[in-house]
Amino acid sequence: MLHQLSWKVGGQQGEGIESTGEIFSMAMNRLGYHLYGYRHFSSRIKGGHTNNKITVRPTEVRSIADDLDILVAFDQETIEVNYKELTEKSIILADAKFKPVQPEDSKAPVFIVPFTEIATELGTSLMKNMVAIGSTAALLNLNTSVFQSLVDEIFGRKGEEVVKKNMEAIQQGYDIMSELLGDRVGEWELAPADGKRRMFMIGNDAIALGALAAGSRFMAAYPITPASEIMEYLIKKLPKFGGAVIQTEDEIAAATMAIGANYGGVRSFTASAGPGLSLMMEAIGLSGMTEQPLVIVDTQRGGPSTGLPTKQEQSDLMAMLYGTHGEIPKVVIAPSTLEEAFFDTIQAFNIAEELQLPVIIMTDLQLSLGKQTTEPFDYSKIEIRRGKIAFEDLEPTENKDYFKRYENTEDGVSTRVLPGTENGIHHVTGVEHDETGKPSESAGNRQVQMDKRFRKLEKLNFDTPVYVNAPHDEADVLLVGFNSTRGALEEVQERLTTEGKKVNHAHIRLLFPFPSEEMAALVNGAKKVIVVENNKTAQLANIMKLNIGGHSKTHSITKYDGTPFLPRELENKVKELLD
Amino acid sequence: MATFKDFRNSVKPNWCPGCGDFSVQAAIQRASANVGIEPHELAVVAGIGCSGRIAGYINSYGFHGIHGRALPIAQGLKMANRDLNVIASGGDGDGFAIGMAHTVHAIRRNIDVTYVVMDNQIYGLTKGQTSPRSAQGFITKSTPGGAIEPSLKPLEVALSAGATFVAQGFSTDIKELTALIEAGIQHKGFSFINVFSPCVTYNKINTYEWFKENLTKLADIEGYDPQNRELAMQTVMEKEGLVTGIIYQDLETKSYQEKVPGYSEQPLSELDMNLDEGQFNDLVKEFM
Repeated sequence: MLHQLSWKVGGQQGEGIESTGEIFSMAMNRLGYHLYGYRHFSSRIKGGHTNNKITVRPTEVRSIADDLDILVAFDQETIEVNYKELTEKSIILADAKFKPVQPEDSKAPVFIVPFTEIATELGTSLMKNMVAIGSTAALLNLNTSVFQSLVDEIFGRKGEEVVKKNMEAIQQGYDIMSELLGDRVGEWELAPADGKRRMFMIGNDAIALGALAAGSRFMAAYPITPASEIMEYLIKKLPKFGGAVIQTEDEIAAATMAIGANYGGVRSFTASAGPGLSLMMEAIGLSGMTEQPLVIVDTQRGGPSTGLPTKQEQSDLMAMLYGTHGEIPKVVIAPSTLEEAFFDTIQAFNIAEELQLPVIIMTDLQLSLGKQTTEPFDYSKIEIRRGKIAFEDLEPTENKDYFKRYENTEDGVSTRVLPGTENGIHHVTGVEHDETGKPSESAGNRQVQMDKRFRKLEKLNFDTPVYVNAPHDEADVLLVGFNSTRGALEEVQERLTTEGKKVNHAHIRLLFPFPSEEMAALVNGAKKVIVVENNKTAQLANIMKLNIGGHSKTHSITKYDGTPFLPRELENKVKELLD
Repeated sequence: MATFKDFRNSVKPNWCPGCGDFSVQAAIQRASANVGIEPHELAVVAGIGCSGRIAGYINSYGFHGIHGRALPIAQGLKMANRDLNVIASGGDGDGFAIGMAHTVHAIRRNIDVTYVVMDNQIYGLTKGQTSPRSAQGFITKSTPGGAIEPSLKPLEVALSAGATFVAQGFSTDIKELTALIEAGIQHKGFSFINVFSPCVTYNKINTYEWFKENLTKLADIEGYDPQNRELAMQTVMEKEGLVTGIIYQDLETKSYQEKVPGYSEQPLSELDMNLDEGQFNDLVKEFM
């Protein structure tokens, strides 16, 4: 009996590969399994190899599996591209239609199943996916009734006949596979799960839901991979709550429109990836200088320029921390799980309003698009904090002068007045300004306002800047990462610990301002520090050295080929550095 | 009720004496008073350049943003608070060079914002370079041999982009300009108003005298019908854009905000931000 199953379906983009993975995953979720998905896809609509790899476990899973147990192939390319992940215990299910050939050095046998033929006989070749799911069910020794409620939900509105045909496709796939397997039936059976259904979503869903829960009712965005799902979710949901999404002409408009809407008093944001982030730099500066709240989501993908639009990378870090000319206070946060993505989004909106500055939520492609299970988010933990805002009309100001929107207060935060408020008139400008917002070039005022803006960061209230699992006071090694490398690092920590190594793990969730004190303590408590990141120039390692030193014991493991770290490759690299 | 004096503040504009922008400022102040709004019910969002300073010279909420981005900021603001009167303003460089994409798309989108362009056919604040509105052959610091590119035709662009309100004024005729801005504010949708606002320091060609000689008032053209788009385009082309008055107004098309499904009648800034537990659980269940 298996304690983890790694399943992959592959074929040409546009032929339902994604939905095959989706239906299989949903069924497994209903049985109570934990899931972690990884999609390999290209920047084109149809054609090109695509695959969906899903790791299934009865216990929590946060990383892609090293190996593959079952490969479902709809074309020869899928076999060629993926067979090296297979072991002696694995199996390939291949559609008879393309006359599959087993590569000479493949460790796993090819089982030829007439997916398309069965589907075509039942009415349409489109159902080949359902046949493949049925065959998978046979390998896992699942009862096909698991799929009944699912098929009802997915195809119910298309009528009883369609539901019946799809169930029939699953059953036939199951039957023929059972027959083909012979005495190997039961080899891929998974240890039973708890039967509890969990949320099954991508990071972008968690962020979009977080924005809704945070009270954001306006979004301005420009479509881009891998961020578009955030706007697409809200385009569906915001009308139900009175809000709206505008698809703008570019990311410059998206970010500045969000600033305008925040100025108007509604929580607003935008979401993009590297190329969009580059265009938003001037807006980030405007938000910082005019002290208008702004939330930006940057779903990192392979850069630079158009780079690798559909591939994993974590190379926008420096741009997010230091991007925009001049100096402004800002906050950059990096969730590493779905739950963090949801709650950090709410935190981002709170901080943006409390401190009146830009907040960037950083994710990466694997976190944004990797579909995972998670426990339902806890409603009671949702908290909306808006900071200093004058909601009621004000008394007339002295000498009828402008309201001191940029009053030099002790904590640096001044009261916001929303346009439309009586006696609250003031000026807002990206030019250096005095307390009422009027332009001022005086040297004294400049210093006062600059210090005031930066003082706000001292009041930053961010829950858990670093996720820490550090059981050792004197560790052999401290592993450090951010965003989606969390699961792989956790797994490496676990494996090395069973081998007797003392391993601590820190995943940094607040990148700016950098949690120096906390990280310095962790670095001091380790003989070696290994910083793991998906970029070429070791950006996070450099940020750590800049903020807390530790140059001589800090080592880097970087990867910038567009694919996420797998636990085993990481384990091997960590071991090399420890020897 | 507020008078135009209530829209004045204590800030002394840093425009050159004789600058056309003074009259544009006065016309916005008068128009705002005439349509019966109070200073706190108005927000002026401006770009960068001499003209961009206007947001600070009117006693109203003012947002002086970044070069070329007055329109997205203004549209975001209007989306947040539909009860607010939002005027966007800027120069020809702001609206037709760096911000051209926003201009065209704001026109297409048709959010209820009034956009006043102070068109002086030159870059003034940077001390005299060519603008997209400079005439071909116009000699400036950046075009010592004369401007090579033809002048952009904002009225034709606006009409082609599907504008529901297009007008043009001249800054010496404050009365007409005030009426145009009033009509723009009252128009349900995006109103585009281009204003010839001469730069007395750097543009020695398109002077007050030059405009007086070359401009035609649409009111003086017999049978001109501002609801006839084809006639509007034809007239603008015939007169090479040198007309003043309401060029085109579409009274039928609804504004963007009236068309967005589900968009709240109450300003978004006043909505309850909290999801109740039932709503939240329903959203969570969709992922299960």
